[in-house]
Amino acid sequence: MSAAANTVSLASHLPVLQVAVPLIAAPIAFILGSLGAGESARRTSAEVCWWFTFAVSVAILAISGNLAATVMDGTVLSYELGGWAAPWGIEYRIDSVAAVALLIVSGINLITLLYAKHAVVREVPERIRGLFYTAWLLCVTGMLGICATGDIFNVFVFLEISSLSSYILISSGRDRLGLLAAYRYLILGTIGATFFLIGVGLLYGLTGTLNMADIATRLPALAGNQTLIVAFGFLAIGIAVKMALFPLHAWMPEAYTHAPSPVSALLAGTATKVAVYLMIRTMYTVFGVELAFDAMMLGVILITLSTVAVFFGSLAAIFQHNAKKIMAWSSVAQIGYMGIGAGLATVTGLTAAMLHMYNHALMKAALFMALGCLFWRIGSMQIDKLAGMGKRMPWTFSAFVLGGLSLIGVPLTAGFVSKWYLILGVLEQGWWWLAVLIVISSLMAVIYIAKLVETMWFREPAVDAPTGEAPLWLLLPTWALVILNFVFGIYTALPVGVARSAATALMGGN
Amino acid sequence: MIEIFHPALILLLGAAVVPFLPQKVRGPVMLLLPVIGLSQLWAVEIGNHGLFTAFGHELVTFRVDRLARVFGIVFHIAAFIGILYALHVRDTIQQVSALVYAGAAVGALLAGDLITLFIWWELTAIASVFLILARRTEYARKVAIRYLIIQVGSGVILLAGIAVRVAETGSIAFNHIGLDSPGGLLILIAFGIKCAFPMLHSWLQDAYPAATVTGTVILSAFTTKLAVYTLARGFAGTEILIYIGAVMTAFPIFFAVIENDLRKVLAYSLNNQLGFMVVGVGVGTELALNGTAAHAFVHIIYKALLFMSMGAVLHRVGTIKASELGGLYKSMPATAIFCIIGSMSISAFPLFSGFVAKSMIMSGAAEAGYWGVSLILLFASAGVLDHSGIKVPYFSFFAHDSGIRCKEAPWNMLVAMFIAAFLCIFIGVFPGTLYSLLPYTVDYHPYTGAHIITQLQLLLFSMLAFVFLVRIGRYPPEIPSLNLDSDWLYRRLGPALVTRFSKAIDDGWGLLMGACGGIVSGAIARGYRLGQSTGPVSRTWRSASSITAILLLLALIGFSHYVSR
Repeated sequence: MSAAANTVSLASHLPVLQVAVPLIAAPIAFILGSLGAGESARRTSAEVCWWFTFAVSVAILAISGNLAATVMDGTVLSYELGGWAAPWGIEYRIDSVAAVALLIVSGINLITLLYAKHAVVREVPERIRGLFYTAWLLCVTGMLGICATGDIFNVFVFLEISSLSSYILISSGRDRLGLLAAYRYLILGTIGATFFLIGVGLLYGLTGTLNMADIATRLPALAGNQTLIVAFGFLAIGIAVKMALFPLHAWMPEAYTHAPSPVSALLAGTATKVAVYLMIRTMYTVFGVELAFDAMMLGVILITLSTVAVFFGSLAAIFQHNAKKIMAWSSVAQIGYMGIGAGLATVTGLTAAMLHMYNHALMKAALFMALGCLFWRIGSMQIDKLAGMGKRMPWTFSAFVLGGLSLIGVPLTAGFVSKWYLILGVLEQGWWWLAVLIVISSLMAVIYIAKLVETMWFREPAVDAPTGEAPLWLLLPTWALVILNFVFGIYTALPVGVARSAATALMGGN
Repeated sequence: MIEIFHPALILLLGAAVVPFLPQKVRGPVMLLLPVIGLSQLWAVEIGNHGLFTAFGHELVTFRVDRLARVFGIVFHIAAFIGILYALHVRDTIQQVSALVYAGAAVGALLAGDLITLFIWWELTAIASVFLILARRTEYARKVAIRYLIIQVGSGVILLAGIAVRVAETGSIAFNHIGLDSPGGLLILIAFGIKCAFPMLHSWLQDAYPAATVTGTVILSAFTTKLAVYTLARGFAGTEILIYIGAVMTAFPIFFAVIENDLRKVLAYSLNNQLGFMVVGVGVGTELALNGTAAHAFVHIIYKALLFMSMGAVLHRVGTIKASELGGLYKSMPATAIFCIIGSMSISAFPLFSGFVAKSMIMSGAAEAGYWGVSLILLFASAGVLDHSGIKVPYFSFFAHDSGIRCKEAPWNMLVAMFIAAFLCIFIGVFPGTLYSLLPYTVDYHPYTGAHIITQLQLLLFSMLAFVFLVRIGRYPPEIPSLNLDSDWLYRRLGPALVTRFSKAIDDGWGLLMGACGGIVSGAIARGYRLGQSTGPVSRTWRSASSITAILLLLALIGFSHYVSR
């Protein structure tokens, strides 16, 4: 067996390389980042460290692109870690759903990393930049691992890797409140992870296996088992905390607000999406539609909480005084849209959820990056300080406006496509009231985006307000994402097709 | 195709050609058209002709059966008489529209499917409105617009009904429709408007007297009888029609008795006569349907005769108000005689055409067991005698001498009236000719002793009552006045109510919006309290609060399963 494995080309190892490359790269980055001793040497080593991380990021994007191309036709890649066969060993399992999630993570990772190179100059102290990139790589490793693995305990491990590293990332900025935010996140994140672990333990006790596919085959026989219900509760809540689903969202607005801009963009674009992926994976693949939605009433729970999330998230966003906090609260609301889609348990609903995972990653990362450009120039995210900056930084401002249009869901933007499918999915169920609520919540998005636009464009700048655009290195990645928002809003066939085939696989594969 | 030409197309082609002919030739050509049309109709075999496939349906543009044919024959006769009566008129608009209108009516009769019917149906409305407009007065223009709105409205309702029906049954064939479905109900309403059902009738009394002298004759022949035909085809045996028809026979009498405009009196009596036919359709037995067809046949002729005689008076005197007329028999003796013949026909004197037809309907109703209805019909017959049979000739040609001296009617009017009067008497004396044309085989003898005696008793006592009332001066005097009919509801009351209501709605809307505004602003205020950065939602939650939320959710999930098992 080993002889056969050796002769097979590198391509067959891609599923594990996807995770292993950034994992192995992380300590190397740490070493590279801690080489320099003096002032200039530290700067150089940070520079080297970034280039290294960049190379790794390009590699993992290439890998996930390759994987996605392989599995889009419906094939499922299964990789036995260390040659141990599935129920005993750890299996890496890439299907179209996982491939989409991997692509989101590695894609957003690359763009935000490009952005980070200059953004960190203002926001992250020089001496910890090596550590910053190490944590960055570990965070990405964790998120990629969650998506790639087919082993539920392995999921917990990667969940912890990504969480712990993101605590570091959030607290790495010059903003001292980031430390407090990271600490809050640490408490809640740990509780969430613990809940997840308890759920995994109970499932292991019930089925004697940790392989997701294997658990899935054994669970239907256990329907009605009380332990199973408890396991479901712990898993659902654990993941919901990581998703920041209302009312378990409290860590998120703080964390995103006080993290450095590239971290906010990275986490907003990927972390919650991976949690949504995990929810979908656990509920649809492991528990199966019948068990999760009919017996466990997941649909009711998810849709109720998500609808509340959509409203309270949008409501709170309207009243914030900090631009990043507005975006963070908006994320609470947007997670609600994904929750509604996932809670519908129909192909259209799932399609909408996955589309919104993807599109929201694009739009929210773009918005956080546009705000980061402003921060780079102004040094504050308070709304008062933003007054009139739209005229001083027209490129940044237009990027923000266009990203905001996508967030609202204006036609020709990616945000419109996913909201369209969400409303379709809701109407399929005959829940027109929910469709009305979704439209109303979109109007609330208009309010908070308009509030920022009004401040930046129609108010007079302060006398001592800085002038000049953000540097090109910040604007280019931002605009790349903004343009992608429109590309996928106009050429909808690719994302919709991929999301639909993934949704069909999830609904059919139960 | 060459040997048989659609009769409606003959009239329409004639209408296309006539404007380009010199006036001298027009008369003969126009008279020739209905004659050719009638010969074509008579020559064609019973069956479906002129089949097309359009809109994915098979259209039957030329269906001839006995029911359609008897109506077709009388339509052609009416067209001929109407054209002859209008021969002296040098008005291209009237000539063309009369031909198009007659052609459209014939086309609708021969339509074998609902789509073809609808097209002709609308064409009758559009063509006929010019007969009113041709009077060229401001009043006529207003009337014409009201008339057009109602007629086209009927077409729109018909189209809606057809659409619903086609959606339900998938068939556009125009056969028995019935009231089983909403589509049927819509179609019935459309037919009912043209048939001047009670409360849908006022366009008739509004429009017919407003048309030109000759236009009224043409108008009175086609639209309503076309509606009777469509009812007979689509809704024969629909019981509600019996009661609708009974009301139709009775209520116009009261209006007719007090009406001063004699052409309007005739319009009311037209409505009353239609009631007899609708009752016949509602009864739906072979005898009753035969009666309906026969009555429509004779009615077209004697009603045309009456309108022609009154038109002749209007033509010569310039007014048709009963209060201004009287003693005209000295000036227009021939017209007076024709008018009396028409009156005796409509009153159903034995040996006149009304008798042989109306008694069939009444017998049909009685045989089918509708005794109450036949009593109403009996009352209505007495009323007919009073207003059409006596009032019209009495107040125009006799009564007090108004002192008006004028010339006799033009020759073409007299000839037209003569033909109509001749037909009235001929059919009355030899009913077999008419009976042989009817849709079903006739085994009916009008001239039994019982029929004659009953009818004569009715007529003579009605006359006695009239004479008595006039003698003691209690007969409603002819005074220049306008009667308020149900059209007052939508022409006066409606706008008043709408104005009142719109203000009420306006106020109510204001209140409602105020309340909604209150609710909305309340919601916004509440949202503000919740959402402001120090509010319960937005302020930074303590970790303990989040953990409480986590535990509560877990408890909720467990509890809900505990409850639901």
